[in-house]
Amino acid sequence: MSAAIAAERPHATVEERFEYMLRLADTSLVAGQRLAEWLGHGPALEEDLALGNIALDLIGQARLLLALAGRIEGRGRDEDALAFWRDAGQFRNVSLAEQPNGDFGQTIVRQCLLDAWQLETYVSLAGSLDAELADIAKKAAKECRYHWRYSSGWLVRLGDGTEESHRRVGAAVQDLWRFTDELLTPDALDARMAECGIAPPPAAVRERWERRVAGVLEEARLPWPARPHYPWHGKRGVHTEALGHLLATLQHLPRTYPGVSW
Amino acid sequence: MYTQALDSAGAAEPQGNVAEAARLERFQARIDRDEKIEPKDWMPEEYRRALIRQIAQHAHSEVVGMLPEGNWITRAPSLRRKVVLIAKVQDEGGHGMYLYSAAETLGVSRATLIEQLLAGQAKYSSIFNYPTLTWADIGAIGWLVDGAAIMNQIPLCRCSYGPYARAMVRICKEESFHQRQGYELMLALARGSAAQRAMAQEALNRWWWPSLMMFGPSDAHSVHTAQSLRWKIKRFSNDELRQKFIDVTVPQAQYLGLTVPDPELRWDEAAQHYRAGPIDWSEFQAVLAGEGPCNRERLAARREAHEAGRWVREAAAAYADKHRTARPCQAAEEGGT
Repeated sequence: MSAAIAAERPHATVEERFEYMLRLADTSLVAGQRLAEWLGHGPALEEDLALGNIALDLIGQARLLLALAGRIEGRGRDEDALAFWRDAGQFRNVSLAEQPNGDFGQTIVRQCLLDAWQLETYVSLAGSLDAELADIAKKAAKECRYHWRYSSGWLVRLGDGTEESHRRVGAAVQDLWRFTDELLTPDALDARMAECGIAPPPAAVRERWERRVAGVLEEARLPWPARPHYPWHGKRGVHTEALGHLLATLQHLPRTYPGVSW
Repeated sequence: MYTQALDSAGAAEPQGNVAEAARLERFQARIDRDEKIEPKDWMPEEYRRALIRQIAQHAHSEVVGMLPEGNWITRAPSLRRKVVLIAKVQDEGGHGMYLYSAAETLGVSRATLIEQLLAGQAKYSSIFNYPTLTWADIGAIGWLVDGAAIMNQIPLCRCSYGPYARAMVRICKEESFHQRQGYELMLALARGSAAQRAMAQEALNRWWWPSLMMFGPSDAHSVHTAQSLRWKIKRFSNDELRQKFIDVTVPQAQYLGLTVPDPELRWDEAAQHYRAGPIDWSEFQAVLAGEGPCNRERLAARREAHEAGRWVREAAAAYADKHRTARPCQAAEEGGT
């Protein structure tokens, strides 16, 4: 992008940039916290290790993005202040990320739908005009490529495995599909970020996400579900009941013993 | 997935007693020369059985050990502590994997060993039958339990059986990292608020004696020690290792400003050793017999994970069968854009 074009772009406000970083950061944090619940309880040791790896990547992304959000905000809040001292209504993750693990198939479906979105989003964000965000996105895109390989590989195996596994992941896709529109439908902030050259044009992400997910569903012998109607707004702070419980667990210690370091 | 086809008992060859005795002698001579025994080498059945028992116990301990620490992953008090703990629990799963693989070189499959664990027929370290009640327990486990494990395991890097010895080299490196992380966690608590210091002390109170018991019964009562020493499966006796652990750990507790919960503990100037009070072996026996605070919960959690994952493993096997000759999973290959 040439300097001349960049100069013509509008500049996002501190509040807008802070809010947008939280969308990315909280989505990674909440998804990482969910996956970490699997450790020691997976269907095989290999899966415990893989889910642990993905959780580590996601929480690592969250740490970088929360720290960046804190610097943008400029009120001295670090990664832990933002992770442990905001209530559910102040979290900006997409609603899909907070959905409970359910069985391994439900976790795989949730991850697959989310991984496709994170991968396409971070690939695009690698070209962001926000240089710090672009650097984080380059690293995150590499990680998300592996996450996608893992979750899509499993979705295909489960979809095209046994009758039981086909039925289970089919039900999970039907159940979780309602949260996908939030990923793909831009709101005013997404549009503004695109306009400012910070985030990708939302239409491009939708198209690439649909192509990616359609390929996997076909290979998994699962139908493409109907477009959902109810609009979810996790990224604006309106969450499902699941998030409050997740945060109660996540935040319990620092809130029980405020003002100390660990 | 799990290897299934390994459970063939060693082919029984009719051997005269004289020939057998000569083989045993040659085998012992190799051990005495510090040669490594490798999977395809001849070995006495008892040596094989002793190794399988020990490696399987060790593997199971790693896998069951994921549970008490995993208990605090979702509640770790900072994001840095959370990633450290996830990575640690993940390392333990990795150790379980290498160790099951080492056991497989002796002709027993991971699936069989896991069935024995789930059926309650196999042992794992009793230490993991104790609960993690506070965040400080995560520090205490790293510092004391991993510390004790290292004392036990460093000599195993020189164990006579090659695959086990090699697995232990990597495991010990990671364990010593865990031990330092645990100590660093305790240090943060010991230098923290009064409530944090109390949490650290209380964790030491609960973990000290079980950690000493990790070295096993005293030499006089240990069933397996003598033969294992002769075969260089073990290199030091339980009591020697326990003493070494006490000598290293007591000054570490003092540096933290914590009190070791043993009123009889004293420094023996002449011997240059700390002398601990008597261990309550009745507690050890009770936990070993399944009556410990979390024996039921730990096995139940493993069984539940195994049962809940059955359909997943079956699906993976069914998919692999269907696509045995076909192309690899396209979705997984199509990662690049």
